[in-house]
Amino acid sequence: MDDLRYEAPGTLEAAVALLAGEEGDARVLAGGTDVLVLLHADMIEPDLLVDIKNIPELTGITQENGGWRVGAATICMDIADHEEFSAAWPGIIDSVKLIGSVQVKGRASIGGNLANASPGADTVPAIMAAGATASIFGPQGQREVPVEDIAIGPGETSLAKGEIIVSFFFPQRPAHSGGAYLRFTPRTEMDIAVVGVGIDLTLDDRGTCLAARVALGAVAARALMVDEAAAVLVGTPIDDAALANLAAAASAACRPIDDKRGTKEFRIKVAGVLARRTALIALGRAKQS
Amino acid sequence: MARNHITTTINGDEYEFLCDTEQTLLDCLRDELFLTGTKEGCASGDCGACNVMLDGQLVCSCLVLGVEADGKSMETIEGMAHGEELHPLQQKFLELNGLQCGICTPGILIAAKALLERDPDPTETEIRYWLAGNLCRCTGYDKVVRSVQAAAEEMRKG
Repeated sequence: MDDLRYEAPGTLEAAVALLAGEEGDARVLAGGTDVLVLLHADMIEPDLLVDIKNIPELTGITQENGGWRVGAATICMDIADHEEFSAAWPGIIDSVKLIGSVQVKGRASIGGNLANASPGADTVPAIMAAGATASIFGPQGQREVPVEDIAIGPGETSLAKGEIIVSFFFPQRPAHSGGAYLRFTPRTEMDIAVVGVGIDLTLDDRGTCLAARVALGAVAARALMVDEAAAVLVGTPIDDAALANLAAAASAACRPIDDKRGTKEFRIKVAGVLARRTALIALGRAKQS
Repeated sequence: MARNHITTTINGDEYEFLCDTEQTLLDCLRDELFLTGTKEGCASGDCGACNVMLDGQLVCSCLVLGVEADGKSMETIEGMAHGEELHPLQQKFLELNGLQCGICTPGILIAAKALLERDPDPTETEIRYWLAGNLCRCTGYDKVVRSVQAAAEEMRKG
């Protein structure tokens, strides 16, 4: 008995009409690296899959107002291979390169990673630290929201029925800006973050931190923006004292669970260690830019 | 409900098949088209045994629906040799024992070919990272890496 239907519309309007009009469970299909695993494990039983990859707005990387617009279903391989975007947003590339294998990166996307709402999603702290916004299209039209407002808990998002993440906007970079993402995993490849840290920094001409954004993954039910950790960097040259404060603030923000990948205590400690290391990479990149 | 009618190009030839929406591309290749060179390992995107090229992109065919292949172009392991003439990767895997049981081999060959088309002279580290999504429980990987290196060298000579 096969009652699962598949549609691959070519426009946003058609996709939203299908998703909003479905009485049963309708799912967006982008790269399928999460949805198809859940489907075949019988963990979801959708009635309709709406493949959004034929919609032009969903894929591609283009310059816009001095920043970059990245289609939500753009595959990770295309993002990592994009030289100009990679130069502007190396922290995003750090995270994109850590997603699965080459084969998985050939299908997986940032939009899918965010919409899947895993607390350990690698690209999510990176795009949060970058200050990216998501363009969302739905039955009520289009809205632009900070990416940190989308995932609200494991597998749960703030998206309304029928809404699709269309694209991400990464704003124009001030001079002396740099970002980085690091995660801790037992293996170097093909693993899921025990802790992930995204940090983005902007310095003045003398190397003093003008602005900072710090985001943590896998240490709470959703990725966290940690304003307290960013605040201890601003106004400093990001010296040892500031880095120690950053580590303490990052650890203090964690609300982790014990699971097979790590204990609460371990995650809290590693969040501080990784925040320090991530900040040093971001600092080096900011000084070079 | 009616099955989906799919038209696709595989190794340069046009194929048509019927499939249910749930069916993976892997299952369609094996069960509908009887192209059984592509193997199932984990069926969850972890092992790479089912690798194919889909519109020029290396993918796990277990993480693609058959319906998504409509109008697309694929390369599978069946298209790798030209008649009796093996691809240099296939030849080196045979000469250097880059396989034992062989279940992972079609996927590794497809993945390695994609790497060498992108970078004809990868370092050992690059080969190992590129093949991180291809699991092999027999060889310990070393002979796989040596086989890819030897094939790359041969292909660079032309």
